[in-house]
Amino acid sequence: MADKIATREAYGSALAEFGGDERIVVLDADLSKSTKTDTFKKKYPERFLNMGIAEGNMMATAAGIASCGKIVFASTFAIFAAERGCEQIRNSICYPKLNVKVAASHAGISVGEDGASHQAVEDIAIMRSMANMVVISPADAVETRLAVKAAIEHDGPVYLRLGRLAVPTLFDENYKFELGKGATLANGKDVTIVATGLMVQYALEAKDILAKEGIEARVINIHTIKPIDEEIIIKAAKETGALVTAEEHNIIGGLGSAVAEVLVENYPVPLKRVGIEDKFGKSGKPAKLLEMYGLTAQNIANKAKEAIKMKK
Amino acid sequence: MDKRELKQLKKIATRVRKHIIDEVYSASSGHPGGSLSCTDILTVLYFHEMRVDPKNPDWSDRDRFVLSKGHCAPALYAVLAERGFFPVEDLVTFRSADSYLEGHPSMRYVKGVDMSTGSLGQGISAATGMALAGKLDKKDYRVYSILGDGELQEGQVWEALMSAAHYKLDNLTAFLDYNGLQIDGKIVDVMSPEPIVDKFKAFGWNVIEIDGHDYEQIINAIDQAKKTKGMPTMVVAHTVKGKGVSFMENQAGWHGTAPNKEQRDQAIAELDIILSELEGE
Repeated sequence: MADKIATREAYGSALAEFGGDERIVVLDADLSKSTKTDTFKKKYPERFLNMGIAEGNMMATAAGIASCGKIVFASTFAIFAAERGCEQIRNSICYPKLNVKVAASHAGISVGEDGASHQAVEDIAIMRSMANMVVISPADAVETRLAVKAAIEHDGPVYLRLGRLAVPTLFDENYKFELGKGATLANGKDVTIVATGLMVQYALEAKDILAKEGIEARVINIHTIKPIDEEIIIKAAKETGALVTAEEHNIIGGLGSAVAEVLVENYPVPLKRVGIEDKFGKSGKPAKLLEMYGLTAQNIANKAKEAIKMKK
Repeated sequence: MDKRELKQLKKIATRVRKHIIDEVYSASSGHPGGSLSCTDILTVLYFHEMRVDPKNPDWSDRDRFVLSKGHCAPALYAVLAERGFFPVEDLVTFRSADSYLEGHPSMRYVKGVDMSTGSLGQGISAATGMALAGKLDKKDYRVYSILGDGELQEGQVWEALMSAAHYKLDNLTAFLDYNGLQIDGKIVDVMSPEPIVDKFKAFGWNVIEIDGHDYEQIINAIDQAKKTKGMPTMVVAHTVKGKGVSFMENQAGWHGTAPNKEQRDQAIAELDIILSELEGE
């Protein structure tokens, strides 16, 4: 856990690293310095197109470019990608199953000072409800790099959820990333914490808090929220009997809901959800906001104990 | 263009109009008015101008077409079927659950459809994307699109027009099917997009105004667009909604209404007279 790197930084670096593939075209909506697509732009200016502050047009234009055999990355903030460009993503990208990767930075409340208007806490719910869409929410720089690679290799639409805030690098070069497969980061038998994005670091800390109380928590990183790894969740339900989800997103419709769907239909066990409790975000320092909204290791640990108590 | 080709195009367009009536009649739903108004433009594009191969619909060097006013799928399907992309007999399955002929064009189900459309304002953006890809790949294919005049009320159209001019997409030609009517009435009463020509010019497009039912004017506009460098071309085509069927002409009520049996028969009879006149010439 040495360096702290924002997943958007890792995204820009990965685009530049894999950008030698002539099929790759990158679009941005006047935020290339923030989304970090400018890293690609500097290396491959001829395949970078600034579409201006017009996200709906950017998404449908991306679809047209992709229809001609290109792999298009379309980037802006998550609020403007998944929400301003929502119907264009639905009708022009997902419905015709075109090879567009919507790489959305500044997801969640860790955007910080810009405040609620710029903090997407609904994007996972929206994106995962669209047929043909794959939803990836990487936890650190290493995983982001591998997610970009997987998105390039996947034929079809992908939503890549990225953050503004620098986060600890959790994984090393040996980390294996498989699209649609969760990763067990710690084994435990009493409860399972299922986390995504920047909440994975807190899930690992929560495991340590619980260990001090003699509770052995399993930690699963779900980077691919759709299609979700049902097998790893069902196995965790069977072996630990209670789960907690942790996400930087509304508890309605995101990872918690996705995990609940798997559990209820396959192996119902108690589940508690840590996330933004159906509220908008606000301005503030990211660390302060995460604490205010209960996106902390301590809250995950508390909810884990509640879930354990609910076991029959 | 010689007289023989002109007559041939008119015959095809009349057959296309008959197909439109039968598609919408069979489905008991659909959009005859705007389909009939853009029929002549579509006929010229697919039978005179565009480089396409019905045996190889995904040919990477083909010219592209995007029906931004996707609700006029009956016209596009009829032209594609006449052009040989799929059997003409399938047209009457339009909009039925066991058919591939979706209510609005789907590029995944229908051979020859280059982009799925139906949600207004998005097709012209996709066409812009195709033109950008053509420039990136240094290919010489051209991209065509037809917009509805009511569609101009979608803000996204103007975003797309701005970006196409910004990127100097002279390989892109759009037609405005300017029939003046939308579902709720006259476009100038519902939400006027006027002055349309001035707006297109202000957005950096080469603008050509024509009669959208005059084949020579359509062809000349396409030729002028091909000669115009450094900017996209908008062909403002003055058209008649419901063109070719007397009781549908200039009636907003025929925007999205299917004819009953009697109306269907009358429409077909009128179009058959036009066909037989063309045969007799």
